[in-house]
Amino acid sequence: MDTFIQQIINGLVLGCMYALVALGYTMVYGVLNLINFAHGDVLMVGAMAGLTIISFLQHVAPDLPGIVKLIIAILGAIPVCIILNVVIERVAYRRLRNAPRLAPLITAIGISQLVQVFAMIIWGRSPISFPSIMPSTPIAIGGAVISQTQVLLLVLATLAMVGLVLLVEKTKMGRAMRATAENPRVAGLMGVDSNKVIVATFAIGASLAAIAGVMWAANYSSAQFAMGFLPGLKAFSAAVLGGIGNIYGAMVGGIILGLIESLGAGYIGELTGGLLGSQYQDIFAFVVLIIVLTLRPSGIMGERVADRA
Amino acid sequence: MSNLFDIKANPSKAYSSFAVLAVILVIFPFVAANFGNSWVRIIDFALLYIMLALGLNIVVGFAGLLDLGYIAFYAVGAYIAALLASPQFAVVLESFVNNYPVVGNFLMAVFGPEIAQTGLHLSVWIIVPIAAAVAGLFGALLGAPTLKLRGDYLAIVTLGFGEIIRIFMNNMNSPVNITNGPQGINMIDPIRIFGVSLSGEAGSNATLNIAGFSMPSVNAYYFLFLALCIVIIFVSLRLQNSRLGRAWVAIREDEIAAKAMGINTRNIKLLAFSMGASFGGVSGAMFASFQGFVSPESFSLTESIVVLAMVVLGGIGHIPGVILGAILLAALPEILRHSVEPLQNLLFGKILVEAEVLRQLLYGLAMVLIMLNRPAGLWPAPKHEDRPTSSNDKTAEA
Repeated sequence: MDTFIQQIINGLVLGCMYALVALGYTMVYGVLNLINFAHGDVLMVGAMAGLTIISFLQHVAPDLPGIVKLIIAILGAIPVCIILNVVIERVAYRRLRNAPRLAPLITAIGISQLVQVFAMIIWGRSPISFPSIMPSTPIAIGGAVISQTQVLLLVLATLAMVGLVLLVEKTKMGRAMRATAENPRVAGLMGVDSNKVIVATFAIGASLAAIAGVMWAANYSSAQFAMGFLPGLKAFSAAVLGGIGNIYGAMVGGIILGLIESLGAGYIGELTGGLLGSQYQDIFAFVVLIIVLTLRPSGIMGERVADRA
Repeated sequence: MSNLFDIKANPSKAYSSFAVLAVILVIFPFVAANFGNSWVRIIDFALLYIMLALGLNIVVGFAGLLDLGYIAFYAVGAYIAALLASPQFAVVLESFVNNYPVVGNFLMAVFGPEIAQTGLHLSVWIIVPIAAAVAGLFGALLGAPTLKLRGDYLAIVTLGFGEIIRIFMNNMNSPVNITNGPQGINMIDPIRIFGVSLSGEAGSNATLNIAGFSMPSVNAYYFLFLALCIVIIFVSLRLQNSRLGRAWVAIREDEIAAKAMGINTRNIKLLAFSMGASFGGVSGAMFASFQGFVSPESFSLTESIVVLAMVVLGGIGHIPGVILGAILLAALPEILRHSVEPLQNLLFGKILVEAEVLRQLLYGLAMVLIMLNRPAGLWPAPKHEDRPTSSNDKTAEA
């Protein structure tokens, strides 16, 4: 039972990070019908920028409490990611908005490669370890433990998601976003500046990715130029699982995927009689993705059928 | 340039330019070998990349399906060659016997004690079809759930698939040791054609002797790969102009219209997928035999991106363009290594940006810039590629 609770906690933590990243995919997909392949790398840049800020703070103000440093790092990483993602949109996607489908996908792959190479040049090739700035005494819950970093992560992710929902549902910009996602041309005719909406979407996606990136690095205590690939891929699977284009779907999908992954990793050994071990954790996301695409391509909450050609 | 090889328009000119090209290709390795065998080796790899790029071109270029895990099929081919032509199969049997005696003893009974001692050592004539078939099967398996959906999903699923294959190759060393994990499989037999080992007999210092005529092993592989490339180019060309090829192009241009014309889009796409995959499988098998060694490291996502960059750079869907792209990008790392690093040493006294980093940078840049500025590639397909040229068309263009 203890392992079960522990895996649930791990799954929630993982799921919150997936949900934050999945939101970025799903929002961009909602307004542009485009998979932003470079989104995982935005997460990586967020982690790297946060790490740089923290090591700077360690020098300048070593007496600050860890949680403050972490929050400053996140606040610093957010603008970096926003600038990066907006530049990506400007350079790689805007000119191809009406091009054949294949074109923006290929530029996205190219951009992802470029971002990784630049990160490799700036931060080096080998993993950088994340300083342990949060108090390391874990909190016990019913026989399982949760670290303080993870608690902070859960709180921040919840705040970010509530903020996002308020933004999308209550503000004028949110209404413009929903309108553009529904029908870009009609939204344009109603006076919505679609370029503005698209830039705002990329910016919001980037800030969520920045939070996820810094917390990811803090949780696993390391960051590397290639770290964005797997979270990006899995978060995309989460977005598809929830129903791509739907922000609630992305949140639910992220958390479900996180739970599947951590429970799966915890029990796969017993289930398969030792044939497969927890080193196969990474394949759950893809298996889920393939099953969802086969059985219900519109995901848990999506209404639209994926094929809109 | 292309009209030099146009058999229909000007047969005598075309045949003479083919003859010149053939002579150049035959003499080439002997000239290059004077500068060191490593140069011929680089060309061998370039030929392997051409095969891969042509295979991917069927999927991405003809049918317009973005496959980001293409290297997985290359890996499948390579590991099949490795299992079927190295001592590894004995290890597999032994670990089955140790872990699952029932299965193990059954397999022992099937294969006999000799194979349990030395492993399988099948001939290349058996390995190549098996590699092609298995890779093709994997292609179909992967495509089946996603092909009725939009292309973006396919891209992501293939990306995931490439990663899954790599994870499996990395971890399938326990409890049953099949792929030998991260260490990879060693001592893969060199290719033997009609009893002649292309790596040269033991003690011959990697030199081949055929009827009193000797050449280095890399040259022998060069000719083998060249022959395979020509076969693949021929198959690609014939496919392009076939009913199937036209169906692919129709799907790429407008899937709904293609469907309305009575094309079974899902099956045709599946066929594109598994054909491309089988080309990848064959080149993978060649790669394994040529290297004598495979490990999961050779099949990372970057490799998939490299092959995609070749197709995109040269010209999506245009066979000569793809070949050009493959040669350019396969030669790029060598050119960079011989030019950029000495130059940096000269200018700054140390190496600021490694050639390897620069190479990846250029791959990314190539894809972005080409897509933004020249979406049809460096050597694009001529317009109306699949229509007969008539005088009407020409006046319309002018």
